[in-house]
Formats: sequence, C-alpha cells, structure tokens
Amino acid sequence: MEADATHVPIDRDGDIIAARQKARELAVHVGFSGSDLTLIATAISEVARNIVVYATRGEIVLSAVQRGSRRGVLVVARDHGPGIPDIERAMRDGFSTGKSLGLGLPGAKRLMDEFEIVSEIGKGTTVTMRKWTR
Amino acid sequence: MPVPILKQGEMLIASIQSNLNDQDLMQLKDEIAEKVGRFKSRGVVLDVSILDVLDSFATRTLRSIAETARLRGAETVIVGIQPDVAVAMVQLGLTLDGVLTALDFEEGMELLVASIEGSRRGGS
Repeated sequence: MEADATHVPIDRDGDIIAARQKARELAVHVGFSGSDLTLIATAISEVARNIVVYATRGEIVLSAVQRGSRRGVLVVARDHGPGIPDIERAMRDGFSTGKSLGLGLPGAKRLMDEFEIVSEIGKGTTVTMRKWTR
Repeated sequence: MPVPILKQGEMLIASIQSNLNDQDLMQLKDEIAEKVGRFKSRGVVLDVSILDVLDSFATRTLRSIAETARLRGAETVIVGIQPDVAVAMVQLGLTLDGVLTALDFEEGMELLVASIEGSRRGGS
C-alpha cells in the first residue's frame, strides 16, 4: 500500500492547505462523503500545523487502506524535529508550548478513528491516524 | 490571496475568496483594524462560507480579528460557517465564544444593525 502512497512535503504553512486538499481527494476516492471529508481534512490540518510550528519541516503520507470489507485512509505525519518530551501532556486539551490553542493533537485524535503517536527526543515525531468508512 | 474589504455605510464587509494561508489571515486582521479606524466603522461582516476547514489556528485568528475590531470600536459578525465545518469544529473542541455568528450575510447584517442600535440606546 506504500506504493500508492501520496507524499506531501510540509515546509511552510501554505503546505498545510495542499495536504488538506490531497487528503480530501483521496478520501473521496476511498468512498468517504459529507462531514467525514471535513473531519479528515481538519485532522490533517492540525497535525500538519504541528509539524510547521514545532519541527519546521516534515511530510504527510496518505494512503488508502482496507480492513475486511471496510475501506479507510491512513495518514502518517512524520518529522525529524525536536520530539515531544511529554506525550501524555501534549495529548491533554489546552496544553501548548507553541502558538496554538493546544487542541491540535488531542483534537486530531477526536476527529479520526485511530490515533498513535511515537516521539523520540532529538529524533522526531510520527503520528499515525486512520479513519474508516461507515 | 488578499481578502477584499468593502465599506458600506458604517459597516465593513470582508468576504474570504479562497483558502487562506497564515500570512493572508494575519494581513486580514491588520487591514480590518486599520480600516475600522479610517472609516470609523461600527460593524464588520466577515464571510467565511468559502472555507472548507476551520482548524484551531484559523478559529483562533477569527477570534482575534473580532477582538481587535472590538477594541477599535466595531462589532464583528462571522457569517457562513458551513455545516460540515461546524460539525468538525465542535468535535475538535473549538468555540467562537464572544463572537457574533450568523447563518448568512443578510442575517449577519441584521444582527449587527440590531447590536449597534442597542449600544446607541445605551443598552447591551
């Protein structure tokens, strides 16, 4: 499935819009509609902004996935930034060390069906999210 | 892409035409603050119906646009938030507390006129 993956480089805030548009296109192709498209695009916006604000650059990798009869989208947001020292705290609503509302990561988690985050100090952060068609 | 801001009587009308990057949003805030002063505007209608995503950054910026305009003496109403966008904002935990909102341009204008009339009478 990596073969069909769409890689969107995230270097500046304008790239966040590009990532949202690519995700929306893929989600339509997979079979999502209505508010699900907006939920996916909004979640991508939050994780992409996290890259721009904290890591400066990274990438978002989008692919279609299947589990049994359900189709879905897989979103991997990857950066080689400073890493998150306290993930539990970063996942708490209202916590932010940057210029945001502190809703980014916990917000993205609420918008998607599955959410995992792996971060290593000095190495970077990878957020993996999935959403399945109903 | 910059957002055109039109003067109509005591009101300013800003209609977002495309998805905006951060710089466009910040520029919009500065221009509204400046034009409210130049035209002595009492109200600002900000049409966001074109936007297909309002994430935490955009929402925070809209709130700060409204707050900046209020400090300059003008009330802001945000109009045209799409239904899917509203659903996503609620799920994300975003609110626009303290900012007037209306379904569309006409209702936004009515709300502003009523709010300005109310404050002239000394009520709230």
